[in-house]
Amino acid sequence: MSEVRLEGVTKRYTPAASAAVDDVSLTLTDGGFAVLLGPTGAGKTTTLRLVAGLEKADSGRIFIDDRDVTQEAPSTRDVTFVFQQYSLYPHLTVYDNLAFPLRSPARRQSKSEVEKRVTRVAEMLRIPHKLKNKATQLSGGEMQRVAIGRALVRSPSVYLMDEPLSSLDAKLRAELRLELKRIQHDLGATILYVTHDQVEAMTMASRIGVLSEGKLVQFGTPRQIYEDPDSIYVAERLGTPQINLLPVDLLPSGAILPGTARIGARTEHLRIEADGSGVEGRVVRIEHLGDQSHLHLEVAGHALTALADAHTPLAEGAAIRLTLSEPLCFGSDGRRLRA
Amino acid sequence: MSAGAQAAFRPKAWTGRLAAATVIVYALVTMVPIAWIFMTGFKTPQDSISYPPKAVFEPSLEGYVNLFTTRTRQTPEYMRSLPPPETWYDELVRSRSMVIAGPSKFGERFTNSLIIGFGSTFFSVFLGTLAAYAFSRFTVPLKDDLLFFILSTRMMPPIAVAIPIFLMYRTLGLSDTHLGMIILYTAVNVSLSVWLLKGFVDEIPREYEEAAMIDGYSRFQAFYKVVLPQMTTGIAATAIFCLIFAWNEYAFALLLTSGTAQTAPPFIPTIIGEGGLDWPAVASGTTIFLLPVLFFTILLRKQLLRGITFGAVRK
Repeated sequence: MSEVRLEGVTKRYTPAASAAVDDVSLTLTDGGFAVLLGPTGAGKTTTLRLVAGLEKADSGRIFIDDRDVTQEAPSTRDVTFVFQQYSLYPHLTVYDNLAFPLRSPARRQSKSEVEKRVTRVAEMLRIPHKLKNKATQLSGGEMQRVAIGRALVRSPSVYLMDEPLSSLDAKLRAELRLELKRIQHDLGATILYVTHDQVEAMTMASRIGVLSEGKLVQFGTPRQIYEDPDSIYVAERLGTPQINLLPVDLLPSGAILPGTARIGARTEHLRIEADGSGVEGRVVRIEHLGDQSHLHLEVAGHALTALADAHTPLAEGAAIRLTLSEPLCFGSDGRRLRA
Repeated sequence: MSAGAQAAFRPKAWTGRLAAATVIVYALVTMVPIAWIFMTGFKTPQDSISYPPKAVFEPSLEGYVNLFTTRTRQTPEYMRSLPPPETWYDELVRSRSMVIAGPSKFGERFTNSLIIGFGSTFFSVFLGTLAAYAFSRFTVPLKDDLLFFILSTRMMPPIAVAIPIFLMYRTLGLSDTHLGMIILYTAVNVSLSVWLLKGFVDEIPREYEEAAMIDGYSRFQAFYKVVLPQMTTGIAATAIFCLIFAWNEYAFALLLTSGTAQTAPPFIPTIIGEGGLDWPAVASGTTIFLLPVLFFTILLRKQLLRGITFGAVRK
């Protein structure tokens, strides 16, 4: 297991294009689980491919365990990659798929060792009864488990995973999320993981990196990214419902920093007052989610969303009064203002 | 999906019947000449030219015997002086007042066809596979122009380049050699092969090779272990097309071969010249000539079907 370090890595696919990855530096410590988050085209996958060696960096350096691997071929970097899809060889059985990395010329293992490792991984992923099947005869969830198994069967320095759970249904995704976290804990693996699912990011990561147009805009613990975002862009990436962005003087709140152009109010910053203080608003719509309810509110022409109890007595059209409690302040350029 | 919606998607009965009728008519149109050739091969020379044509006749192997032998006509005195015939084909030939002088060239020509046809198919597909992979996966400078150039070699009729090739081959000493014909057919077929196979490689996601390369395989090993097994359908379909072309090719074979490397297509018509119009011999030669392609196609029919409908139908 080991540490991954990127130093000023930049990649353009064509010389004229804007950079797919732009001067990204980050350090993922040994045994860490870093999730790269961002919308499509932000450079998440490219970053992963650069670490894997599937793309060559135009500038900057990549280290795995203090070894400069920037110029190395994928096969010698000692990493493994779980693709979003198409990761199983359709002409091979599940067993041969799992054994494939162990039979490579670079890492050839004895037959008994291959069998031992494949069996162990198959048990870990609860697919030992599927080993003789063709890869194409599996369900989506089984396929993805085999794909993850192919990564686990070796003990590489770094695991790279590109939205490995995105093609699965919600139940399986939740299951495999736990599974992955457990495996990571058991193996002490170093994982660099790409997703656009914020639940995956929040629940699995020890570090989250938020990317925007190739740039790493913030890198920190899930708690930091959620509670202490550097910009509106980062704040919008996490939190359900999404953070409310409001004009400064819409709702009364305690301390507003000078220069604030917009207020970012997560649901926990919104307080529904019963004592007549605050500004009046109206409940437009209530979404009952079972364990909680989303209140869609309107205050002076602005739409915002708040959380309420599952059994909230409020009805659609009801009048409420709102105040803010320690919201986030953003400058006119979208950057976070801190006291 | 409701039952009503399902019915809407089912082709109506009459369209199915129309399609079946069209296929049957087309099959008849193409099969009748082949059936006729097959039958003619088993007729006697007299039956083969009788008018009206005989659909029912007494089968004879005379055509096949004549195809594989050369014969000489003898005087009745000489015929009488011979010992009794040893084999059924001796007897058959003698009943026409002839004796077998030796084997004909057909076996040799047929072997030439096999060597040149399968040889050029192998090289066309081999080179085509490598080129298609390169065009599909790598940034090749002037890729589109190169692909067009490769295709353009097929745009002119073979006869347009026949004379230059004839002169070139004579100078290089490739005329009437197996190697020369294999090179020529490979050159013609490789364009088809590159274009067909590129389509197949394009359909195989790169992730497979990338996964293999990360797993410790070199690019060539990844190609060999992962891409090639998934290309078998495309390779089989391409091989059939290449073989059919090389097997049936007539113009170049007529022009560039005469003796050692002559293939069956220019040879079969020469049977006509030996002692009158021996249609049963021609027909039996044609029948045997059809067999290898027929077997090859039947052997690979599943791949061929998937190859031809490729792109139209998703798995």
